[in-house]
Amino acid sequence: MPTRTLNGTKVWQRRDRATQFRIWLGWLIGTAVFLYCWRIISENTEWEFVQDAHIQALDMASRMVPPRWSYTPTILRPLWDTINIATLGTVCAVAIATPVAFLAARNTTPSLLVARPLALMIVVSSRSINSLIWALMLVLIMGPGVVAGIVAITLRSIGFVGKLLYEAIEEIDERQVEAIIATGASRPQVLLYGIVPQILPAFAGISVYRWDINIRESTVLGLVGAGGIGLELQASVNILAWNQVTLIFIAILGSVVLSEWVSAKIRHAII
Amino acid sequence: MLKIENLTKRYPTGDLALNGVSLEVAKGEVVALIGPSGAGKSTLIRTINRLVEPTSGRILLNGVNLPSLGSRALRRARRTIGMIFQEFALVERLTVMENVLSGQLGYVSFWRSLIRKFPQSIIDEAFRLLERVGLEEFYDKRADALSGGQRQRVGIARALLQNPEILLVDEPTASLDPKTSRQIMRLITELTSERGLGAIINIHDVPLAMLFVKRIVGLRQGEIVYDGDPDGLTSERLTDIYGEEDWTATVRKKGSDQEEEDNGEENDDDLPQAAMSLSRREAAGRQAGRK
Repeated sequence: MPTRTLNGTKVWQRRDRATQFRIWLGWLIGTAVFLYCWRIISENTEWEFVQDAHIQALDMASRMVPPRWSYTPTILRPLWDTINIATLGTVCAVAIATPVAFLAARNTTPSLLVARPLALMIVVSSRSINSLIWALMLVLIMGPGVVAGIVAITLRSIGFVGKLLYEAIEEIDERQVEAIIATGASRPQVLLYGIVPQILPAFAGISVYRWDINIRESTVLGLVGAGGIGLELQASVNILAWNQVTLIFIAILGSVVLSEWVSAKIRHAII
Repeated sequence: MLKIENLTKRYPTGDLALNGVSLEVAKGEVVALIGPSGAGKSTLIRTINRLVEPTSGRILLNGVNLPSLGSRALRRARRTIGMIFQEFALVERLTVMENVLSGQLGYVSFWRSLIRKFPQSIIDEAFRLLERVGLEEFYDKRADALSGGQRQRVGIARALLQNPEILLVDEPTASLDPKTSRQIMRLITELTSERGLGAIINIHDVPLAMLFVKRIVGLRQGEIVYDGDPDGLTSERLTDIYGEEDWTATVRKKGSDQEEEDNGEENDDDLPQAAMSLSRREAAGRQAGRK
């Protein structure tokens, strides 16, 4: 009831009094929780360390420059490994996520009661675990190395690609599908002519986007032993070779910029 | 050829869209289905090829009861029923040729349709049809590069490539301008008489229906309230179908309205010139973009 009569004129308000009060109460509780958390964090912080943080940062920065350029040949191979982990991981993930997406999409799933919940389970469980944690477990299971990294990237990406793809499938224009059904086409043919052409741009865009993300994620996988440039990063940090760390940062920055550029180009070409 | 008996459709929401409709369409007969929005016109033609499942009743196509068919037999039956849609329903990202060839999907294997390897005789027929609808130069264009009238022509070619026995036409002109509407209606009615095809045409535009179609069926709230020739559509009949309104401008005046139209100056060769030059310009733009 956002309107009420006041002295014979009809007054309109965005919300009625009760809703307005509930919103106000929500803000009150939110603010109180925020202030309480602030206090706990503050109590657990050693403020002496924070106070000289800028001095520490400057000290570290001074040891980080200039980068040790002679170290470059050593990190080229791990950098190449990193790009391969990202690329192969994305390819495997897309290959697995595509059928999962068709099982998960409401309009293409063969069964709403069995296949769809199962596919959604796969999507959710893959998405809920970060690739670094996947890598941590996989290094224990499969031993350290590039393969663990590829599998970690794959497992994390299935959910991402699967979710975006099944949403794209659910948003297609059903009239085009109906037209193909009306010609007497079989189910696989309807998929091929009615649905695939409609989701192809989304498919390509999602895959390239995920590849772009995976380049970034795979740079840290080495920290837990799953191959790539992260291994070098950790080694350099361990021996306090900060000028090597700088060089690795530059290499990572370069590859991320490159992957952003490539993925933007590809997406532009498709749409 | 097509015989509908006591067809009823109740949607899960409880709406009764069709209430015991019976209708017979002879071979080669064209029927225009008119009626207000929500009268069940779309539902009626969609139950025939079972894009909508009927609740009860029989639909006999050459003696075969369509509602009782299993999925395989239904697909075979659908091959003989061509459908033309209001919003054209072309697969936008496929080329004109692929869209036309999709009319043959019921006849070719999955593998052949995957690699787009259709029999040469079918490709010949597709080119013939594109020429017939005036789009022979457009076969390699993507469907979303065409104008409305051109898209509907592709839709017609797709339906005809099925080599159907009957056409179901759902509001073919509702998204088109008046001139293109007339061209499309003329093309559909010409093609049905050339090929001896039966057709049911849903149409909102009553004067247009009266111009091109000899038998008109009026539907109101899921029931047939008129079935006869255009001249019988008097103000009273239109009031039966649509409700109270001043129908004097719609009712056909006694005279030679129709003949005048038949040898009118418009013809299908005057493909929208503007649209044609526009798409040429687009093509040129794309080539420039590639360089």
